[in-house]
Amino acid sequence: MSDHIMKAYDKELEALGRKIAEMGGIAEKMLSDAMDALVDFDVRLAQATVDSDPRLDLLQRDVEEEAILTIARRQPMAVDLREIIATIRISGDLERIGDLAKNIAKRAIKLAGEMHIPRATIGLKSMHESAAMLLKDVLDAYAQRDAESARAVWVHDADLDSLEDSVFRDLLTFMMEDPRNITFCTHLLFVSKNIERIGDHATNIAETVVYLVTGETLPMDRPKGRNSLTEAPARVV
Amino acid sequence: MNDMNNVPNLNEIANPGDTHNFGEIPMAAQNAEPSLQIDKHARAPLAVTSELEAKVTVRNLNFYYGDLLALKNINVPIYTNKVTALIGPSGCGKSTLLRVLNRMYDLYPKQRAEGEVLLDGANILRRDQDLNLLRARVGMVFQKPTPFPMSIHDNIAFGIKLYEKLSKSELGDRVEAALTRAALWSEVKDKLHASGLSLSGGQQQRLCIARTVALQPEVILLDEPCSALDPISTAKIEETIDELKEKYTIAIVTHNMQQAARVSDFTAFMYLGELIEFGPTSQIFTAPENLQTQNYITGRFG
Repeated sequence: MSDHIMKAYDKELEALGRKIAEMGGIAEKMLSDAMDALVDFDVRLAQATVDSDPRLDLLQRDVEEEAILTIARRQPMAVDLREIIATIRISGDLERIGDLAKNIAKRAIKLAGEMHIPRATIGLKSMHESAAMLLKDVLDAYAQRDAESARAVWVHDADLDSLEDSVFRDLLTFMMEDPRNITFCTHLLFVSKNIERIGDHATNIAETVVYLVTGETLPMDRPKGRNSLTEAPARVV
Repeated sequence: MNDMNNVPNLNEIANPGDTHNFGEIPMAAQNAEPSLQIDKHARAPLAVTSELEAKVTVRNLNFYYGDLLALKNINVPIYTNKVTALIGPSGCGKSTLLRVLNRMYDLYPKQRAEGEVLLDGANILRRDQDLNLLRARVGMVFQKPTPFPMSIHDNIAFGIKLYEKLSKSELGDRVEAALTRAALWSEVKDKLHASGLSLSGGQQQRLCIARTVALQPEVILLDEPCSALDPISTAKIEETIDELKEKYTIAIVTHNMQQAARVSDFTAFMYLGELIEFGPTSQIFTAPENLQTQNYITGRFG
């Protein structure tokens, strides 16, 4: 697509895009560090993750302010309008992803020093890998303005839902085996919920990218995997 | 491809004596690549357009200024009781197209139209079309307000008297109705005998609108009606257009994209004498299908 006759307009749109890229990088790192801190009982890393959240909040506020100013200044139409709406939506989703990662880090701080069953975290690691992949793919799809990749992310969130389901069953099993496991398994339940929510936000970003590129909205119901809310609890033998 | 050096300035031909200089299309745009469809998945067809009546239908219209083909195979509907905006860069043919709809070009030699323009199904381009009757059914408001050098009352009564014989009080009622419809009555009701030229630009333009609606037309053509006006007058005229469309069918040529977005239900984008894209305004300005349309409305043209 050619440039705007007003170069300043192009610069404003580029600046918005760069801020989203920066937010994406921070969110990805926060997720990755939070999970590392959890698995390695690394309180220092967990604290550093919590401390990086304010930067994300600030960026989100910046993006919104700049987007609103651009709307006032330029009265954007068509793809420009969709572009600016997209940055507002995506910045909101990334800020929430950061909050969810921060909450994982906080639980890591609480859990350090408690007794652990290493295999309890295996399922969570799988969930994390899945969510991290969704997030990376959707941020790439945004950067490349690639609707097909975004659609693929939208579909694959179902896998994350299925994983959350099996983690739920595992944790219930551990809790039923030994009451001393209840505290940390409960914390891990929250962590799995947070990761699943991160996947949902990645899906929201994917929908926004498809809208940005094509002007169409994806259907209301995305494919859903089995998850703890739709299935009865496992019976323990 | 046309030889660029010999292309006459369409603006000078179409608007002789017009003082407003539209400017020419930059050379880069004149040499632009053929239009590209924006890649997207198939949309459901718009159900609304199949239920709408077209008050005016332009079919296979070609228009010539002398030997120059200025409008190329135009096919477009103007839906009843809707506002249709014609947009496009200078020289694209939008004013030319508008002026075919009431055969204004007949006033000038060497201008001719081929094809059909159907008003309620009857072709107005045929030779035996009564032009005065046509122009009473299809009224026009121009860019520069053109009040007659008469009183406000007479500005409006003049046209009515050409077609109808009314008593003084009936005439007064018609004048009041027209001024009310043009949202001017409250401002001039105490000075109907003041000269039309004593009004402000925005008021003069609304006087011209009143003059047009006084003849009880069916279609109103507006050729950049707000270009010469300040923002408040512009807003008042846009509000008037909104009210007028309940009873009339309206086509408006405008340079102002935001005005087209505000005021119209359907938009036609034209370029170099061709109709590039036509659709509901809500779609054209959020997700147009044609790349040239998008380039124009987002300010990327040239």
